[in-house]
Amino acid sequence: MEEKVLKVQKIKNGIVIDHIPCGMALKVLKILGIEGDVGSTLTIAMHVKSKHGWKDIVKIEDRYLDDREIDKIALIAPNATVNVVEDYKVIRKHRVKVPEIVKGIVKCMNPRCITNQREPIEPEFKTISIEPIVIKCKYCGREMSGEDIVENII
Amino acid sequence: MFKGKDIVSISDLTKEHIDRIFEVARGMIPIAKGEKKSKLLDGYILANLFFEPSTRTRLSFETAMLRLGGSILGFTNPSATSLTKGETLADTIRMIDAYSDVIVIRHPLEGAARLAAEFAEVPVINAGDGAGQHPTQTLLDIFTIVEEFGHVEGLKVTLMGDLRYGRTVHSLAVALSFLGADVHLLSPRSLKMPRHVLREMKSKPEIHEQIDEVIRDTDVFYVTRIQKERFPDPTEYIKVAGSYAITGDTVKKMKKDAIIMHPLPRVNEITPDVDSTLHARYFKQAFYGVPIRMAILALVLGVI
Repeated sequence: MEEKVLKVQKIKNGIVIDHIPCGMALKVLKILGIEGDVGSTLTIAMHVKSKHGWKDIVKIEDRYLDDREIDKIALIAPNATVNVVEDYKVIRKHRVKVPEIVKGIVKCMNPRCITNQREPIEPEFKTISIEPIVIKCKYCGREMSGEDIVENII
Repeated sequence: MFKGKDIVSISDLTKEHIDRIFEVARGMIPIAKGEKKSKLLDGYILANLFFEPSTRTRLSFETAMLRLGGSILGFTNPSATSLTKGETLADTIRMIDAYSDVIVIRHPLEGAARLAAEFAEVPVINAGDGAGQHPTQTLLDIFTIVEEFGHVEGLKVTLMGDLRYGRTVHSLAVALSFLGADVHLLSPRSLKMPRHVLREMKSKPEIHEQIDEVIRDTDVFYVTRIQKERFPDPTEYIKVAGSYAITGDTVKKMKKDAIIMHPLPRVNEITPDVDSTLHARYFKQAFYGVPIRMAILALVLGVI
């Protein structure tokens, strides 16, 4: 019988990003712009067994996410959940949702796209498929997926 | 339905829009030929903004505007404008917007026309942006087919040559598939139609590498130029280009009423002896650029 031990400590206040696809936890951090000393405790669990196979988990203490940041996570972890924890209790469970319009989060990978010039516009994409995620530039029509999206997160 | 409408991509237009453009274009043919005079666009100003060289498209927009009694301003040499001083395209457009009633833009960067449409109050017509869209070309291509056969549905249309880099074939393939044509693609393996275009098409086209597979039952051959610079090895280029060329001999195997189209300029992919055959339509196709652009200008300016 498998031993039921919590591998990662509970947090008092902060967020738990659960159900991240295996191996994507570090990319979630990249998307959130977390690098170096974040000033609070950050826990990453990779390759954790769950009901539906394997997953990654990220726990960040004393930090909350706004909708824009949550949308960003959806681009690489469309099934992730974001749990908001206060005083050791989950007070809100938020399932990420890939936005229909992805605006100002990703830049176009096409170097010849007008959005990569010094113009007063925000890059904008339309989501054309969720699994696998594919987004299409409103301006040049270039489609991006997978690694290309991660590499071009603003 | 048209007044003030931007025409950036062929997908901005519905079937009804396209039918209406064709109906108006048909009425414009005598004016385009100079047989009838018109003052329909008298007092209107077209801004022709060519940030990249183009002869055919620019001249046909100019002719279209002049034939309808309108006026033109613009430039063909961006190095003589304040863009070289670092002005953004958005600012250039905002300024030109105040000087004109309709803007035509050709730009080397993809998505430039969409940006222009966002910053301009007046309608913007995309005359080609980088490797992206060129909707008026697509319209005149389809118009040519409709004028010849009366319809597009059910026709076997073979797009051939450089399907990878050839800008005109991408939006044409998508448009043809939505209009019910039986689209066939013929190209060397290295110049195949990009996957994203295939994905956008309504029905899956048949793909060929040998002209013999399609020569006898194609109704419309749409030929594009295979550019030398796509091949690192010049002998490979000569071999490939030769096997995707239309010559006097290939023409003999075609259906009696098959037509040959080409966006021009052509080099060796259609030999000059084909020009005098009953199949050649590429010069007529180029002429149709004028009535199509006249129709678009009159419609987006709301005068008809």
